Amino acid sequence: MTTLTPTKDVLPPPTERSTVLGWMKKNLFGSIGDSILTILGGAFLVWMIYTLIVWITTKAEWAVVTDNLQLFMKGQYPADADWRLWFLLFLLAVIVGLMWGIAIKRPTGAGWTLLIVPIVLAAWLFTLERSSWWRLLVIDVLAIIGYLLGKRYPSKLSRITYLLALLYMPIVILIVRGFGEDGFLFYVPTNLWGGLLLSLLLAIFAIVFSFPIGVLLALGRQSKLPAVKGLSVLYIELIRGVPLITLLFMGQLMLPLFLPAGITIDRVLRAIVAMIMFAAAYMAENVRGGLQSIPKGQYEAADAIGLSGWQKMVFIILPQALRAVIPVLVGQFIGLFKDTTLVALLGLLDLLGIARGVLANPNYIGRQLEVFTFIGLIYWVFSYGMSYGSQRLEAVLGVGER
Amino acid sequence: MSTEQTQQSFAESIPDRERIERPELGSADEPIIVCEDVHKWYGQFHVLRGVNMQVRKGEVVVIFGPSGSGKSTFIRCINRLEEHQKGRIIVDGIELSHDVRNIAAIRKEVGMVFQQFNLFPHLTVLQNITLGPIYVRKWDKQKAEEIAMQLLERVGIPEQAHKYPGQLSGGQQQRVAIARALAMQPKIMLFDEPTSALDPEMIKEVLEVMEELAASGMTMLVVTHEMGFARAVADTMYFFDQGQIVESGPPEQIFENPQEDRTKLFLSQILQH
Repeated sequence: MTTLTPTKDVLPPPTERSTVLGWMKKNLFGSIGDSILTILGGAFLVWMIYTLIVWITTKAEWAVVTDNLQLFMKGQYPADADWRLWFLLFLLAVIVGLMWGIAIKRPTGAGWTLLIVPIVLAAWLFTLERSSWWRLLVIDVLAIIGYLLGKRYPSKLSRITYLLALLYMPIVILIVRGFGEDGFLFYVPTNLWGGLLLSLLLAIFAIVFSFPIGVLLALGRQSKLPAVKGLSVLYIELIRGVPLITLLFMGQLMLPLFLPAGITIDRVLRAIVAMIMFAAAYMAENVRGGLQSIPKGQYEAADAIGLSGWQKMVFIILPQALRAVIPVLVGQFIGLFKDTTLVALLGLLDLLGIARGVLANPNYIGRQLEVFTFIGLIYWVFSYGMSYGSQRLEAVLGVGER
Repeated sequence: MSTEQTQQSFAESIPDRERIERPELGSADEPIIVCEDVHKWYGQFHVLRGVNMQVRKGEVVVIFGPSGSGKSTFIRCINRLEEHQKGRIIVDGIELSHDVRNIAAIRKEVGMVFQQFNLFPHLTVLQNITLGPIYVRKWDKQKAEEIAMQLLERVGIPEQAHKYPGQLSGGQQQRVAIARALAMQPKIMLFDEPTSALDPEMIKEVLEVMEELAASGMTMLVVTHEMGFARAVADTMYFFDQGQIVESGPPEQIFENPQEDRTKLFLSQILQH
């Protein structure tokens, strides 16, 4: 007969006792085959990193990047309007600082990274003897002031902060575009917008507008009204069946055929609209996936307490559905950001378009590797930023714990 | 048919409980729910086949029967989670029709508790309870929260107000669901197998809340197989089978002298093992 173990003898869980060497012996050098693979792999890795460092530090000629930094950042945007872009960056710094102080309340790793990046960039510009290096430090100073203020007076400042955040996009357009012939905010036509400025504007507008349209299309596809449902399905299936580049070309070449003579629509605007239309169709399908993951009981419970159809969607269904598809949506946002490079094929001078332009300059023949490494790094930084942001958002919203 | 020979009592199989003191029922001439010849089909399947029922104000009705007998479908018709296709359902003087305003008006007056709780997992307990009062009843937030706290007090879990449903036990979740339904101050409460998804030790805490509610004079329609609860509080019991009411009557009659063979068979199946 066995007897039950008295509770005081209950064993603690086994503790993992491992050293670095122990781990290596177990995982890297477990057998002869493993050891050979480890050594070969390690040697290859070391060789690659070594060649890369040698290339970056000695062989590569970075002049192509440093000489054209202005072009990469803002294209042909006039130099006497530069202050507008700096002003928008300063405003963004204040808003982010305030929101950080109000909502997060403590410095985190991400916060420190955001502060360190401008310092590193400022140091770099300083070594290039560019006069704008101190402006990058102003960004940090403003962000820290915003943070401290937000932390000190969260209740007083929260309303104006969120209002500013909401108005930021319209402010950006107003200031970047300007109005009037001359004066301090003179009009800058969109064909002068370029580089990172244009890429970011395209991406942000495509994301901000395709999201609500996509949600409406997803709801439309589930609608009980045949006309609404039919039109939504038609739109989604039509757009999804066409490559983005086709839509972009249609916007540039076919649209003018349908418009009455004398009416022209801005080329950048046409590109943005094409991207919004394209992204909305995919967004709709992703959101629909989220909607379908919501159990029927949630709809019934909302009905039973008497919520109207819209209240049910806004308070019960969409918050849960969207939360479930955050990873997919952010994946799509990242894809959309990178897809903005397609406008380079239309002749718009986004980051990739500028890169192609710079490489066509006889002074920089053969400098492809440097240029594409540089713009690749820029794309990576923004894409990874979005990815990291989505992970944090998921953690904050507690996806998966149900 | 001679009742002498077939008389069979199930009273001994049910824990003997004292009847719960309750206020007097409303007049039988002015029923709060009237169902006349209610029919419903799922495709070709005839789920409800002519159900007639009248419920008086303050009455506690227990509906029981085998699975698939249409009992859940029937009470879900009363707040229009399901649509009946023939017959009439009149709740508190309003007839259920395709008119959206009628449906909204009835849902304001009828609370419902589900087998699977169906709490909103992304909202706290307090937000779950106050959502309806704030957006449907249009109360201000403070009033809604005060009433929500009183209700949580009443169902015995005021300390859980700021937790999320996923952090509560099944019994606690079901009590929150009851509080959520009560927060709309309904005249009628529907319970669709409220204890069927609960672990045995949690059934009691939910039943106690329901008994307290019955004692306060609430009109209740309860689909359940908790015969102890039925014996203690029900005014009328309805036995459903194959979409029809086979037999109805006060609990003493159903338990001590059921008339129909199907009722006897079903009671013997759920009580004697």
